[in-house]
This record gives sequence, structure tokens and C-alpha cells, in this order.
Amino acid sequence: MNENPRNFPPVSTTAPGPRHLLWLVLPLIVLVAAALWLLQGDQLRGFNNGAPPVENLTVERTVLDEDGLRLQVRAGSSEPMTIAQVQVDSAYWQFRQEPSGAISRGDTAWVAIPFPWVLGEAHKVTFVTNTGATFDHEIPVAVPTSKVSGGGLASQALLGAFVGILPVAIGLLCYPALRGAGRNAMTFLLAMTVGLLAFLLVDTMIEALELANEAAPVFQGAVMVVLVAAASFLALVAIGRRHGGSPTGLALATYIAIGIGLHNFGEGLAIGAAFAAGAAGLGTFLVLGFALHNITEGIGIAAPILNIRPKIVHFLGLAMLAGGPAVLGIWLGSLAVAPHWTAIALAVGAGAIAQVIVEVTALVAKGHDARGDYTRMLNSAAFGGLAAGLAFMYVTAMLVKI
Amino acid sequence: MLRWTQAALSRRSLLLGGGAATIGATTICASKTVAQEGHGDHGAPATVQMSGTTPSQHSAHGAMITVGTVDSDRNGFHPTEILTDWYTGTVTDLPDGRKLRTFEITAEDKEIEIAPGVMFPAWTYNGRVPGPALRATEGERLRIIFRNFGSHPHSMHFHGIHSARMDGVPGAGVIAPGDEFVYEFDARPFGCHLYHCHALPLARHLHKGMYGLFVVDPDPARHPDHQDVAKSRLLGSPENAEWQELAMIMNAFDTNFDGENEFYACNTIAHCYAKEPIRIEKDRPVRIYLVNITEFDPINSFHLHGNFFDYFDQGTTLTPTLRMVDLIMQCQAQRGLLEFTYREHEAGLYMFHAHQSEFTELGWMGMFDVVETLS
Ligand SMILES: [Cu+2]
Repeated sequence: MNENPRNFPPVSTTAPGPRHLLWLVLPLIVLVAAALWLLQGDQLRGFNNGAPPVENLTVERTVLDEDGLRLQVRAGSSEPMTIAQVQVDSAYWQFRQEPSGAISRGDTAWVAIPFPWVLGEAHKVTFVTNTGATFDHEIPVAVPTSKVSGGGLASQALLGAFVGILPVAIGLLCYPALRGAGRNAMTFLLAMTVGLLAFLLVDTMIEALELANEAAPVFQGAVMVVLVAAASFLALVAIGRRHGGSPTGLALATYIAIGIGLHNFGEGLAIGAAFAAGAAGLGTFLVLGFALHNITEGIGIAAPILNIRPKIVHFLGLAMLAGGPAVLGIWLGSLAVAPHWTAIALAVGAGAIAQVIVEVTALVAKGHDARGDYTRMLNSAAFGGLAAGLAFMYVTAMLVKI
Repeated sequence: MLRWTQAALSRRSLLLGGGAATIGATTICASKTVAQEGHGDHGAPATVQMSGTTPSQHSAHGAMITVGTVDSDRNGFHPTEILTDWYTGTVTDLPDGRKLRTFEITAEDKEIEIAPGVMFPAWTYNGRVPGPALRATEGERLRIIFRNFGSHPHSMHFHGIHSARMDGVPGAGVIAPGDEFVYEFDARPFGCHLYHCHALPLARHLHKGMYGLFVVDPDPARHPDHQDVAKSRLLGSPENAEWQELAMIMNAFDTNFDGENEFYACNTIAHCYAKEPIRIEKDRPVRIYLVNITEFDPINSFHLHGNFFDYFDQGTTLTPTLRMVDLIMQCQAQRGLLEFTYREHEAGLYMFHAHQSEFTELGWMGMFDVVETLS
């Protein structure tokens, strides 16, 4: 007897025909029939023990203006739920709900309360449903929600350029100095890029998961973040290797810029959200710390293109790709985006960073000869670079921690 | 790296230095009322005018009020009717010449609407919260036939003087669902008392709604020194008819069972007398039988606007225990009589409320609509 599975005959030798199709349709029919039986016969009635429905309400956006408070809420209950009364700071207030009536599972509604909020103070909004369940929402610092204005957008763009584009550009300015680097220096630089990207990956994932926790439960926070990150990682790897082999040179630099750009987009969203929540007077040391922290990113982008001679327009493009999204992020974030959108943006960024880590590691491993061997990642230059990248990011991150 | 934005939010000194806040919150006009229209099946919008002859009572509280109206028909009791709805039972003669007064009370589980659109799974006496306001006369023999149609053991514990067997505590009058118990004792002392369920756990049975007024009127014949006062308190006497008497129970509801109340009220419905002010005839003196049965808060209070009153703590005296006050406070189960008049006042809306502002803002606030004559 030959037990080798490779020698087993194929399962079927006949061509697929109508009879085979039938075996696809039949399971479907059984499924539909089972579902109909469950719904028609009301088979689940026996499980109804009279307990009130499980209710859930998430506040996704909060707008404060001269008319009072407006909050966008998302229902996550087992049945449509009704907001019966609204308290602000433990007092009942009149409110207007748009659209009015019960809110279906997964749907959103705006609740407007003519509440005379106090600048700079904290307020608490409590929603009371018709079952008497309560859902609290804190407004830690009451400040008017920023409105879209030319001046505002311009000054936000300036800040975005300062924390996003400028540091990357400064990093790229090191290009001429790095050009003369020998093989070991190259390995060190690329490994340093991997190190800083590894830091960004962990940081981005943690932020994405935290934001996902604030999102409505229907989005299944952590699962959504992991799936989105994995999907964007696989998609970018597939795109990068569509011509076979891992990207190198300008292509790899572009991918690094995209990964860092998506991370900076997330950073921008957070800064914008801070604007929306009143953190307009961002401390100068915070902005400087941010900028310093991001300079390494420019060096990382420059590393793969040291052997080729890119045009000046390429440098400009890479700087915009890596830093520009910070501006977009600040604009969007200041408009008080729902947390699940921010979490998704950060998850995409995490996937992109993971792709770049893989490709840069592949480049380091390949080195200047064709022999691809990942043990190269363990030589002293590479190890030193990895440690330097992580350490630099870690230390500069301290500057922006409060 | 993004953590700092969240951390920064709690540091106002850092944040507000930027001065980006150009729109002052003070521009909000508190009198701007916004009502949620067509609230569920309650139909009426919240800014409904209750009294055509007076300015909107909402102006006194602006937009700070519950939205919508409660369906009193579905509840089976109306807060305005509760004010004057005394349950006097049936009276028969005993062989010794005394009167026997019999009350019939049932305990029922009932979902009631305690604020517009907010349902509460209550336990009730005779289907209402508070339970019926029992009223008897000093010296009568009382017989209370209590039937438990609820899903849990219940009882009636009366504040007053009675034997241990009639105490309405476990082992002496707490009965299982489907059972019946008859409490019997003499009506004494006269005063403003209460009854409530004393089954365990006590707090749960109380805040679910099992309480009510138990008033014993003084027998004028027994109080020759203060016969006029006694007569004025005796329900059915011509002297009593001159008074406007109101039954008020300060209560509250913990709707999410977290040990704190979401709604405070006088007679169960949050803001009920703010939306439907109590008509007071200017020339008739007012007497309020007031009980505090608020669970989870140690005290409640009653404050009257634009007036002062005499207070009879527990109602067991015929002379005031406090004179000329506009605020009294009551511990849980404390109660008393308030007597005052608007004879010298101009007609209009006069607020009354708990002077714990939190209670006021969560529903315990109402209005007296003082009018020349009741039409
Ligand atoms: Cu009970």
C-alpha cells in the first residue's frame, strides 16, 4: 500500500454537471427553510422571559455652539430603542431628536439640547430610555466646536505641515550626507527604519484599539481593527509585488512614505480632535517634540534610494506623501469624526506600516548580493540600527507624553 | 503617540491658553425652549399650555424640564386627582357603639409611566403609586383587608399604635402571593402618618412604590382645648370644608437600579404639577399632608415660594411645632402638616419644590396656580 497522499487519486474524475450544482443548491434550501421555521413558528418565544431588551447607546459626535449641545448617538440594542428624557448635569432638559421616534439597531440620530453650557467647564449628558436605562456622555472641557472657515483651515494646515511635512523634509535633507554611506551604514539605516516603523506599528495599533473601544459595539472594535489592518497589509503587499519580487529603490521609498503618511493621517486626526475638544493652545514643546519625533521618518524614507539618483520632484513627492496626510487628518479630525472612522484610518495605517517593515527587512536581508538570507538582519550593523530606531522613537515619544 | 491629546483634555490650563474659543457660551438664551414634537405615542408636544389665564409656567423653569406628557389613563391614576382622593373605606357600627372602618387593599405588579415615555416596573397598592390615601378618625376600630396579587411577598406596616401581631413585618403580616391578611387596630394617635410594605429587602419594596398616606383625624370631642382646630381637620365637617386639603408624597425612582434616583417627584410623576399647576382658591386656607418616602437619599425638603407656613411635625399636635417657615426638611418616613394661605397675595403662579436643587432639576418641582375663585 502506498500511503503517500500525493499518490491518492483525485476525488472525482467526472466533469461538474447539473447534479453537482444541485448539491450546492440543496444546502441553501435547507438553510432558508430552517430560518423560515424559526421566524414563522416564533420558536424563540419560549426564550422570552419578560426581561427588558438589552440597550446600548454610543455618542459618536458632540457639537457645542450658540444653540447649545448637539450629539449624534448610535443605537446598539436588541430592539429599536427610545430616548425618553435627557439630563444635562443631573437636570432634565428639553431636547429635539432628529429623526424622532425609536432608533433602530445600528442607526444614528441627532439630539439637540438648548443647554447654556459654560466655557471651559465639564458637563455630563445622560440619556434616559423608555425602560429607564441611562447612558452617560462626558464633555470634559466645553468649548465651541470649530466651524469650517478659510482662516481656520489655513492655520490648521500650517500646524499639519509643521508636525508632518517639515520633519520628513528635514529627514530627507540628510540624503546627500547619507549617499556616501558604505554597506554597513546602509544596513544600519535600513534597520533603523525597521525599528522606527516597528515602534509606529505598536503605537498605531494601540491607538486604533483604544478608539475602537469608544466606538459603538456593533462595529466590534478590536476585530474590526485587526481585520482592516490585515486586509490593508495584504493588499499593499500584493500591489507592491505585482511584478514579482519585493519592491526596491524608489518604489520601496514610496511604500515607506505611504505607510508613514497613513500613520501621520491618524496623528492629524487626533490633533484635529483635540482642536475640536478645545485643545487649541497646543503647547509649543508638544509641537516641537512631535516634529523632532518625525524627523527620523524622513531618514527612513531616504534609506532605500541612496543607490539611485532620484529627481528633486521625487523628494518633494515623498515628503508630501509622508507628511501631507497630517494636514488632511487635522482638517477631518477638527470636524469631530466618529471614533470608528478614526479607528479604521489608524488600522489601515498599521497595515501599511507592517507591509513596509516586511519589505525593508527583505531588502536588508538581500543586501547587495542576491543571496536572500534573513540572518543578515542579525549582524551588528542591522541590530544596532534596529535598536537605534526603536530607541530614538521611544525617547522622542517621551517629549509628547503628558 | 496620540495619547497626549486625550491626556491634554483634562488639563484646562494648557488648553484654554490658546484662546480659540471665540464664541461665548453666554450667548445661549436659556429661555429658548425646544420641544421634541410628537414624542412617541404621547402625542402632545411638551410646550403645551396648561392654563390659559396665566403666563406659561415654563418661563419659570425655561427649557429645564422633562419633555412630553404622561398618559395618566394608561397609568390608571392622575396626579391632580391623587391630591384630593381620600380613601375613607366603609363604616359600620360595632356593638360597643364605636365605628368600624374597613379598607380593602390589593398588592399588584404594574408597569407605570413615571415621566413622559419612561416606564417603571412598579409594585403597587390598589394599582397606584403612591397607594390610596387612607383617612380615618381618632378612636375608630380599623380593619384593613390586604390581598397580595403581586409576584412577591408583601405587607402593610402602619405607622401608628398597634400590637406586635399587626406590625406588617416578616412573621407578623407579611404574606405570600395569593394570600390574604387582615390588619386590625385602633386609629391612634391622630396625625399624618404613612403605611408601607415591610417585606425584605426593604429598600426594594419601598422604591418600587409600596407606600401611602395614613391620616387619622382628631376627634373634636377629645380635644376641648383646641376644638376648632380639631374640627377643621375632621374630614366631612363644615369647618373642614373651608380648607383646601392636599395629599402629597415626596418620592423618587431609581430606573436603572444603580442605587441612585433618576427621577424625583411629588406624587410620582416628575414635573407633573409644573406642567399642570395645582389650582388654589385665594380665600381658602391650604393644608398639605406631606410625607417623605424618598429612597436612597437621607432627606427631602419642601420649600414654598412667596409665602410662609405653619408646620405640625407628624401632625400629632393641634398647635404648630414650627411657625412662620418657608422650608422644612423631612427624613425618610418623616411627615407633617403644612398650613398656609394666599389670602393677601395677588393671583398667579407660585412655585414649590425641594430645596435640594438636584431634586428640583430631576423632577420635584411644581406650581400653585392661585386664582380668585375656582370655576
Ligand atoms: Cu412589598
